[in-house]
Amino acid sequence: MSADATFLTVDGLRLVAERSGNTVVNDVSFDVKRGEFLAIVGESGSGKTMAARAILGLLPPGIRHAGGHITMDGTELLTLAPEPLRKLRGATIGMVFQEPMVSLNPAMRIGAQMAEGLKLHTSLSELQIRERILAMLARVQIRDPQRCIDAWPHEFSGGMRQRIMLASVMLLKPALLIADEPTTALDTLTQGEVLDLMTELAREQGTAVLLITHNLGLVARYAKRVVVLCKGERVEMGATDQVLRAPIHAYTRQLVDALPRRSPTIARTGTPMPLIEARQLSVSFATPKRGWLGRSGTHVAVDAVDLTVHAGETVAVVGGSGSGKTTLGRAMLRLVPASGGEVVFKGQPVAPRGAALHDFRLACQLVFQDPYSSLNPRQRIGDAVHEPLRLVPGMSSAQRDARVAEVLDEVGLSGFGKRFPHELSGGQRQRVAIARAIVRRPAFVVADEPVSALDMSIQAQVLALFQSLQKTHGFACLFISHDLAAVEQIADRVVVIEAGRIVEQGTRDAVFDAPQHAYTRALLAAAPVL
Amino acid sequence: MKLRANALIGGVLIGAVLVVALIAALWTPYDPLAIDLMSKLKAPSAAHWLGTDEFGRDVASRAMAGAASSGFIALFTVVGAVLLGTVVGVLAGFVRGWTDRLLMAVNDALLAFPGILLALAVMVIIGASRVGLVIALTLAYAPSVVRVVRGTVLSLREKEYVEASRMIGNPEWVTMVRHVLPNCIAPVAVLATSMFGWVLLSESALSFLGLGVAPPAPTWGNMLSGARSYLESAVWLGLAPGLCIALTLLGINLAGDALRDRLDPRMP
Amino acid sequence: MLAYIARRVAMTLPTLLLVALAVFVLMRLIPGDPVLLMLGDSADATQLAEARRQLGLDQPLPLQFVHWLGQVLTGDFGNSISNSQPVLPLILERFQVSASIVLVAVLIAALIAVPAGLIAAWKQNQPLDVMIVGGATLLLSVPSFWLGLLLLLGFGMKLGWLPVVGYVPLTEDLGQGLLYIVLPIVTLALIETGVLTRMSRASAIEVLRLEYVTHARAKGSPESQVLLRHVLPNAFAPTLTLIGLVLGHLLGGIAVLETVFTLPGLGRLLVDAIFARDYPVVQGVLLFTALIYVVINLLVDLCYPLFDPRVAAQ
Repeated sequence: MSADATFLTVDGLRLVAERSGNTVVNDVSFDVKRGEFLAIVGESGSGKTMAARAILGLLPPGIRHAGGHITMDGTELLTLAPEPLRKLRGATIGMVFQEPMVSLNPAMRIGAQMAEGLKLHTSLSELQIRERILAMLARVQIRDPQRCIDAWPHEFSGGMRQRIMLASVMLLKPALLIADEPTTALDTLTQGEVLDLMTELAREQGTAVLLITHNLGLVARYAKRVVVLCKGERVEMGATDQVLRAPIHAYTRQLVDALPRRSPTIARTGTPMPLIEARQLSVSFATPKRGWLGRSGTHVAVDAVDLTVHAGETVAVVGGSGSGKTTLGRAMLRLVPASGGEVVFKGQPVAPRGAALHDFRLACQLVFQDPYSSLNPRQRIGDAVHEPLRLVPGMSSAQRDARVAEVLDEVGLSGFGKRFPHELSGGQRQRVAIARAIVRRPAFVVADEPVSALDMSIQAQVLALFQSLQKTHGFACLFISHDLAAVEQIADRVVVIEAGRIVEQGTRDAVFDAPQHAYTRALLAAAPVL
Repeated sequence: MKLRANALIGGVLIGAVLVVALIAALWTPYDPLAIDLMSKLKAPSAAHWLGTDEFGRDVASRAMAGAASSGFIALFTVVGAVLLGTVVGVLAGFVRGWTDRLLMAVNDALLAFPGILLALAVMVIIGASRVGLVIALTLAYAPSVVRVVRGTVLSLREKEYVEASRMIGNPEWVTMVRHVLPNCIAPVAVLATSMFGWVLLSESALSFLGLGVAPPAPTWGNMLSGARSYLESAVWLGLAPGLCIALTLLGINLAGDALRDRLDPRMP
Repeated sequence: MLAYIARRVAMTLPTLLLVALAVFVLMRLIPGDPVLLMLGDSADATQLAEARRQLGLDQPLPLQFVHWLGQVLTGDFGNSISNSQPVLPLILERFQVSASIVLVAVLIAALIAVPAGLIAAWKQNQPLDVMIVGGATLLLSVPSFWLGLLLLLGFGMKLGWLPVVGYVPLTEDLGQGLLYIVLPIVTLALIETGVLTRMSRASAIEVLRLEYVTHARAKGSPESQVLLRHVLPNAFAPTLTLIGLVLGHLLGGIAVLETVFTLPGLGRLLVDAIFARDYPVVQGVLLFTALIYVVINLLVDLCYPLFDPRVAAQ
């Protein structure tokens, strides 16, 4: 059998949702060759996860197979009896899932979970199994494999759990590895590490990889071939460079265009005034006491940071998870008490409470990250946008209504006033969040990972909206993100933060083209871009 | 499919009981208290749909009056428990700190007494009366509401829209009333439905033991108690009130399930 | 682990103290003069004053509480007004009767309910599930005292298989004793099966949705292994909590069932004492019941780490 032999063929697959009758996957065909890295790309609702799950017969209740074939080495998988199918799972085809926090059984030790697969499919002795597990854990760079075997899942971070999951699946040396959005829940740096590891392991063992993702950047970096799905249908398939450089289908072109690109530097006239400054700002939290008599520790989240944002400019704060960037943003807005330093707004220090704080609140706002939890589910969109105006003195009721209508129009949601959040999509909800933030025409907006939870094409739309609003209204913005690609498009200056300290700052071009600090370089290297 | 059957059967049962209770408040075929020794212990017939008891009283009328009586007691109790429990729960969950710890310590202590026992204890102090029963049962069941409300408030506090409300500049109490409270309604509604059933059962049990509504005023519980001596000789006396309780509880449970299923996916 | 145990035990102490305080306050709120009750109307002022001094009732309230608490902690629950016997031994004797029934009934119920709920969740929305849920809902809608009466009527009176009144301790005569407690146990077991099945099913449904269950299947685990090794340990915890709550409440005496089956249990002791105005007994039973509840929940909490290792780490 040649190395390029086709290993798995999906032919005209059709999947239907039982209750609604909707077609989830419609006549999708693709094939996977031995040892190759194939990516299936699509946004939410494209059917990519369902198509992958159908291969292993793991469709959730409510979705059923309505047509097509899946053949592996001549065997028809969709009609396979439960027992032979079970033998296939894990040993021939392995699967890695998305959410590291729930992908490992919290009530079973790591060693026991990893051994399960080996016990089911091989007849190795306990000792041999243990040896293999230790070797694999070391291979995925888990620091203390001996201790890891007896440890519980909750003792490990998201990134480590994904590595353990990977080790667990690759132990069985499957011929095909299906990875369903394995790094979506991780930050950029960890994402890169896990995927690099996956690619290496696969290459070593000759395992084919089927990567399901919505991130074109990752596809560009790792996959040799790509299949593009849109609303359950295959719209394009081919070699990655080909598809990304010269996309044929309109949807693919839309996706490629949605990749954030560096926009030309905006020329600024005159010397801008510093609008808001953090001076030696520190934030520390007390770590919870252990027991009644235990001592409480302190965790320093932000360590004596000096940061200035000028009127009208966008400063991006970048860092990995736990770097303190979110805390910094909230501390500058006085949402989180600072343990040292001060925040100066328009030349006046902002006190933690009192009338000055109230005026400060009127002029500064926050756009939250999670479109699903930043809006009160029982409040209509119009009321949510109207609420901040209640606290503005001197506005009549009619003026308030007019402003709400104006702002909703600006974000492209005119006429949505009477709707509830659950009737809107993620992207639309984020627009509402932005509308709510700018309704009082603030001078300063902090955007905390505003697009991280959105699909790629929606991300582009929302970022573009943000930029146009900034151009119209001229507010200054502190843009917090771990996604360097988004930052590249929108930022004037970039500040890199690690472990609560600023390690590098400068203009966007300077930081992106000539990074000085090792951490910045690592972040840039890990960012998947074209 | 299954959910709609739930709601349907539950709704029908509860609806029937409600209608009967409301009617009974205004009219019953016979006076529930009217003694007629000439017709004592008669089996069900056209004249007396559910027969008569040892005093010749019409069982059907007494059952209807019992529905009204138990129904109102349960209703006032649930309303009282929900109001009291919500206020305390929101306070504890929102304010936190020492207020929370104190309130929860008292709450846990109250929860350590089984509902009936606490009600009993309070009844001993206040004395047997309908009002006393309502107060006793309210105190016995409010702690459950406090627990649920506090739990919900604690989880809601972490939601970004609560932080957003502060961000806008709303004072704490506005955030609490406008954003937290309305989102507590769903879990409290589900609890209140189940609670109605528990209270009904507790009241029946207390009356059965002779510590609730005292005879001759009829309630399903004390009717069952009176039926014990005639268990074999006058079966209808034992069957009727028990069946009433069982059917009502079944209705409440089914409707509660349907309510939970409907509210769950919408819950934030 | 030891730290977890110590912490949990320490956390119950304030609750216990508050419970004792609640009982004390409750009893002091009862209208009427306890000495008058004890000595009757014929006693004169000096006798009453002397009795009051003896019982320590002339002391300020906080002192009385401390004094009373001290007595309680040494096992002195006072004496019954009805028969001047010490209260605690009486409570313990009656408790044995109630406890034997409750423990066996809940055990039977749990043994049926946990697997039933698991299977119902596994076959969610299919006919088997609907039947199990329907059955469980029916069972828990039936009032225990009515079910008891019906079973008594059927098996006791009509069929004559089982005795209708009375009680014989198992320690005296196993065979006879069993006959007397079969019906109450069956009644209680039936109802609690309904309650526990629903909870077991609900938490199993939650767990079945989680990714590690799909992952286990993806590894090629047979369904039985998935259910037993992955679903059950994780789904059991909420059911365990409920079992604890149920036990805690029931061990306080199943007054209604004891009345129906004329068993000398703790619940009936309380009811009789209330009617007889025997307040030391009432006070003792309330305190004892609450104590049992707290202890049972503590034991349940201590079992948690067996099912959820995350708990011990907190």
